[in-house]
Amino acid sequence: MAKYLLLKHYRGAPKGVNDVPMDQWTPEEISNHIQYMVDWGKRLETTGEFVEHYALSPEGTFVRYDGEGRPPITDGPFAETKDLIAGWSVVDVDSYERALEVAGELSAAPGKGGKPIHEWLEIRPFLTQPPTITE
Amino acid sequence: MTVDESLLRTLTPAVIGILGRRGADFAAAEDAVQEALVEAVRVWPADPPRDPKGWLVTVAWRKFLDAARSDAARRLREERVDLEPEPGPAREADDTLQLYFLCAHPSLTPSSAVALTLRAVGGLTTRQIAQAYLVPEATMAQRISRAKKTVSEVRLNEPGDVATVLRVLYLVFNEGYSGDIDLAAEAIRLTRQLAAAIDHAEVAGLLALMLLHHARRPARRKPDGELVPLAEQDRGQWDTALIAEGVEILQAALARDRLGEFQAQAAIAALHADARTADETDWVQIVEWYDELARLTDNPVVRLNRAVAVGEADGAQAGLAALATLDPALPRYTAAEAYLRERAGDPVTAARLYAEAARSAPNLAERDHLTRQAARINASGAG
Repeated sequence: MAKYLLLKHYRGAPKGVNDVPMDQWTPEEISNHIQYMVDWGKRLETTGEFVEHYALSPEGTFVRYDGEGRPPITDGPFAETKDLIAGWSVVDVDSYERALEVAGELSAAPGKGGKPIHEWLEIRPFLTQPPTITE
Repeated sequence: MTVDESLLRTLTPAVIGILGRRGADFAAAEDAVQEALVEAVRVWPADPPRDPKGWLVTVAWRKFLDAARSDAARRLREERVDLEPEPGPAREADDTLQLYFLCAHPSLTPSSAVALTLRAVGGLTTRQIAQAYLVPEATMAQRISRAKKTVSEVRLNEPGDVATVLRVLYLVFNEGYSGDIDLAAEAIRLTRQLAAAIDHAEVAGLLALMLLHHARRPARRKPDGELVPLAEQDRGQWDTALIAEGVEILQAALARDRLGEFQAQAAIAALHADARTADETDWVQIVEWYDELARLTDNPVVRLNRAVAVGEADGAQAGLAALATLDPALPRYTAAEAYLRERAGDPVTAARLYAEAARSAPNLAERDHLTRQAARINASGAG
């Protein structure tokens, strides 16, 4: 079993096929899109492969240490940031091929005109625990 | 008093077996026994039973009947078989063995087989298994319930394959996550129980392999979690009692002359355990065992490990020559080459390869270890 992160980008991924901004969809198309993702998660729960599902606000601020005794310093948000994460799903599956398969299903979520958005998802394996027997 | 959970878990497969003999199908019996375990944890502290197993059988059977009550015809059948006597120890070992086969059935994916084995044979709760594998409890519950559905058509007396059971137990031991449940210890317990139920050289081989590796556990990590390579481990911290037991089990298995991959792997671990210092390691014999292992399995990782052993036995150049015959895309190929390059007196290449290996390391502890190796060479001015 291996865990994979499926990253959804607001910006920074290659353009999907049916790439129309969401505010130009009908309210019903938006509902269908969201319902599709909820159903996807439920389906993976029944197959025993679902770990988590989170969405992020697009608003973000940079923060860093600013020296002893000083409060952390913040900067941004930067409207021009190239890469913007929209959210993620984590799955726990038996193979990389299976991870690709479920990512493909998520990317088929319906968008404008009820057609799949073919959104590019970024897939990243988790680093695991080291195995005990290596020699 | 607190409930002896290890006793409860030891009794689990036998109680499932008894319900099965009384006519309960596996899925229903397994559910009923889980419920009985939960009740035992609740009731026993105030009111400990004189006969824990008898108590579990009675309560699990009642739970099973409650669940089946709506089906009158079925209940009649169950009441009839209720009169069957309790099985003797031999039959009980047989029931337990059948349960191992069922839970490792070839129709199950590895992760389902692992989950089902830990629950039905190991007596762990779904929550404990979910925590051990870092997934939500609902997901693990579904994984187990699907696994039970998958094997629902399998006859309990169908002959099973020991090899599939051993692969599942090996997975539990080797890729155990760290949580409240010590999966390595649990794998050893389940393998011991299997060894008691069936006389089989490879079961003994796997048990020996686990014990010999478990013996090194105190020395394998620094307190902060940093990996300590075998050659640098403080061998005084190795558990000599586990080593002695592992070696004894291995020798008895090897004497039967039915060699298999787990015995060969255990033999390699035993040779490491035998060396008081890393320098005293009998690498020539280890290479011979890798040759045996390569004959027994087509696993390319064996050939990679063999190349490293050749490097120790016959010098780094010989190791590099052995490595050159393998596919560079193999996991840990670059790390092995880095190690051999440094031994061969080429620290510049070694540092570069260590850094490259770190980038593709499959786990954090290994990545940190490889990065430190690159940093060590670079800081010495040699890289």
